[in-house]
Amino acid sequence: MLIRALLGRSHGGMIDLMSATTATELARRLRAQLGASAVVTDEAERRTYECDGLAHYRTVPALVVLPESAEQVRTVVRACHEAGVPWVARGSGTGLSGGALPHPDGVLIVTSRMRRLLSIDLVNGRAVVEPGVINLAISRAVADHGFFYAPDPSSQSVCSIGGNVAENSGGAKCVKYGFTVHHVTGLELCTSEGELIRVGPWLAADAPGYDLTGLVVGSEGTLGIVTKVAVRLLRRPEQVTTLLAGFPSTAEAGAATSALVAAGLVPAAVEMMDALAISAAEQAVACRYPAGAGAVLIVELDGPAAEVAEEERIVRQVFADCGALEVRRAVDEAERAEIWKGRKAAFAAVGRISRNYIVQDGVIPRTSLASVLASIDELAGSAGIRVANVFHAGDGNLHPLVLYDETVPGELDAALSVSGAILDLCLEHGGSITGEHGVGVDKMAKMPRMFSADDLETMQWLRCAFDPPGLANPGKIFPTPRLCGEPPRPRSAATTPGSDQGIEIW
Amino acid sequence: MVTGAASIVRPADVAGVVDAVRAAAVDGRTVAIQGAGTKTAWGGRLAAVDLVLSTTALTGVVAHEPGDRVVTVRSGTPLRELQETLAASGQRLSVESGYADATVGGVLAAGEAGPLRLRYGSGRDLLIGVEFVRADGVVAHSGGRVVKNVAGYDLGRLLCGSYGTVGVITTATFRLHPLPAAVAWVVAAGVRPDAFLPPGPSPGGSSPGGGSRPGPGGLTDAADASRPAAIAVLADLATLVPSAVEANLAGPEDAGELAVLVEGSPAGVTARARAVRTLLAHRLAGADVTVVTQPPAWWGRYPFAAGEVGLKLALPVSAVPAVLGRLRERFGPRLAVRGSLGSGVLYAGLPATVAAGVLAGALAEIRAGLAGTGGTCVVLTAPPSIRDGLDLWGEVAGLSLMRRLKAQFDPAGRFAAGRFVGGL
Repeated sequence: MLIRALLGRSHGGMIDLMSATTATELARRLRAQLGASAVVTDEAERRTYECDGLAHYRTVPALVVLPESAEQVRTVVRACHEAGVPWVARGSGTGLSGGALPHPDGVLIVTSRMRRLLSIDLVNGRAVVEPGVINLAISRAVADHGFFYAPDPSSQSVCSIGGNVAENSGGAKCVKYGFTVHHVTGLELCTSEGELIRVGPWLAADAPGYDLTGLVVGSEGTLGIVTKVAVRLLRRPEQVTTLLAGFPSTAEAGAATSALVAAGLVPAAVEMMDALAISAAEQAVACRYPAGAGAVLIVELDGPAAEVAEEERIVRQVFADCGALEVRRAVDEAERAEIWKGRKAAFAAVGRISRNYIVQDGVIPRTSLASVLASIDELAGSAGIRVANVFHAGDGNLHPLVLYDETVPGELDAALSVSGAILDLCLEHGGSITGEHGVGVDKMAKMPRMFSADDLETMQWLRCAFDPPGLANPGKIFPTPRLCGEPPRPRSAATTPGSDQGIEIW
Repeated sequence: MVTGAASIVRPADVAGVVDAVRAAAVDGRTVAIQGAGTKTAWGGRLAAVDLVLSTTALTGVVAHEPGDRVVTVRSGTPLRELQETLAASGQRLSVESGYADATVGGVLAAGEAGPLRLRYGSGRDLLIGVEFVRADGVVAHSGGRVVKNVAGYDLGRLLCGSYGTVGVITTATFRLHPLPAAVAWVVAAGVRPDAFLPPGPSPGGSSPGGGSRPGPGGLTDAADASRPAAIAVLADLATLVPSAVEANLAGPEDAGELAVLVEGSPAGVTARARAVRTLLAHRLAGADVTVVTQPPAWWGRYPFAAGEVGLKLALPVSAVPAVLGRLRERFGPRLAVRGSLGSGVLYAGLPATVAAGVLAGALAEIRAGLAGTGGTCVVLTAPPSIRDGLDLWGEVAGLSLMRRLKAQFDPAGRFAAGRFVGGL
């Protein structure tokens, strides 16, 4: 109810709520143009699309459409434009901020039928794919030729490239390889007015004019819907070495992370887990991490063999200097999978030690790691709940797991309060409210804590240039959307509708 | 070029920029934003400029935490000075300019990137936060001070490469890299021109975009033996992870050069440089290949001087031979080409005496050949007599959206009117 009220308010005055007649008429028209199987009206079937990976927020869309091509997407978007109906794009529905949460009076455009790899060009190092293509499918298609697609969100075996573009997805290796925005060189975009526009340098590396590609990546589906994506293919590294080290506590593991930075290393991944996260992973997948470790670090090095050997020597020295209890090494895929098993299982594994939990996503400067971890400990202690820490230590991206039991009175509120306070900690240390999950509906209320009213207004100028009618995924990112063309608001404190929690509940 | 009776204002802080822009907005004056002024001859002809807003007093590092590998710097700071400051902590910003005096803001706004772009991207890839003053004099920010952050739209992407048509960048925050412990350049001198040109008797005869057409199944293979040697060697080099692969070609009688920068640990660089040397010697028959610790004199420099014609060719790597062939056919010994072969971003220089009609014809042919690939050929700079009759940019993908962005951010056309794509 809260969400529905929020969305209703966010576009109130811009768009008339879609009446049952409009929905029926739109469905009839789209069936005629796209075929009956592309249009879902049955309520039970529509309900299966009511949430994305953040199941806490649920809204049944008025209509679900599954186009098969860019032209069909354009047909849907044009029909919505003519009817003044909002729409939301959805890929695989794995997002963790409610970015693909449907609009109650809108159309949900699902790209799962757009899964063609349109071309692969190894000379120029590019693939052109449809938005529904699964992230891992690109790497699989070029693996035999020695290439890969770098962004590797943990959902990469199921998440879609279109969703990755919307969220600017990262992954474990973005400390070295960057995010989706660094690997997308061109887009075909359907604007909310139903125009298909090709932007970016595609097979080349630069294009004159404003960087429309870079603006659309990470815009959470609010600037249009992508119908084709050109991505960079990289040559697989000659050598990949994965090291696992156990430390007495997160203090020593944090010091080791800082020492790696000070030594001038840029590993492909630096991941940390604390004692609670390790114990959950042990119970779930028996990963057999070093006994007695209060924290583990996983460091992956990749590149030319000659460099990786030298980097491994430095990493081992850093581990020893920082009091590592034990160091293990993997150089083949089976050994590597063994090391990563516990880390990859960590989120789900926490379900073994807690009835419920919230996955938070925040970022801090790397140098604040020790003090923020200590503060999280204090927060949890004074609230009487447990927090497990699993995170991308290499780039300061925290994923605290706040544990609670919904059957114990007061625990949910305590968990929500700790989860929100962790984001406040991130901001106090000059960090960000989200490193990779996005703002979506989940963290809208926190945006005014990170950005001024002027900053948010300026961002919405961008929105107005791309989507003047405000039909593309309305009610996301911005707590107080502006109507395009409306005079600037008086400069006072922004109002913040909705929840102030910024959370994900599992 | 800013000439005539424009007045100059040189604010020393953001408040000063705000005052200047607000005053210009009230008076309806047009503004040209300028850093060190190294690229004032780039882009289209500026409409009348009433006020030059110089950023050269907005200098200095605001914050640098080596442990975070992040720096926040004022936009008028010379890039060279910033690099000196960072080097004291063993770090660098992996962004370069072709001009020694260029400012941080100018490099971003002009979208300059040097040899390191192959491994590290360009300024917009390393910019993680930005503060700027809008055309109505309001200060706005996006991004932040941490390397990973997806909160809100990334307005830095709008400002980078915008030629000063969106707002005044006042402060920039960047992701940094460690200075490598060791570096080596592997330089192949005396490379025969045909190593860069299309195979066969008629270098200009094939279509510039034609080299990258996918075969059956949509797959274009990297190891196509028919590619010229300098292109084929790029695929061999990839697993050695060079930081830059640069080419230098002068007139048809002169041989070309290929230089590969390797960065890393002392032991790693020694081994990789040796491997690169072996590859270049094998692929580039007759070339003299040496490993040196200093870059060649032409490294990172544009192949055109002030007052000459400068082109930027951003090409699919597979299209490089055909485009070079076309340019050499048209301009012969007057042509000089340099740039990042590994990224497909090359610069071409021509003397100011080149005939505008011949240049226009060559641009049209090259652009037609690149249609559908995303490759572009832009006239960065040219003497006004040549520039004013040329289509400097070619067809710009998404121009209609760019017009709407400009109308939204600078509805009065106050900033640098005329300099950018589509006359924006």
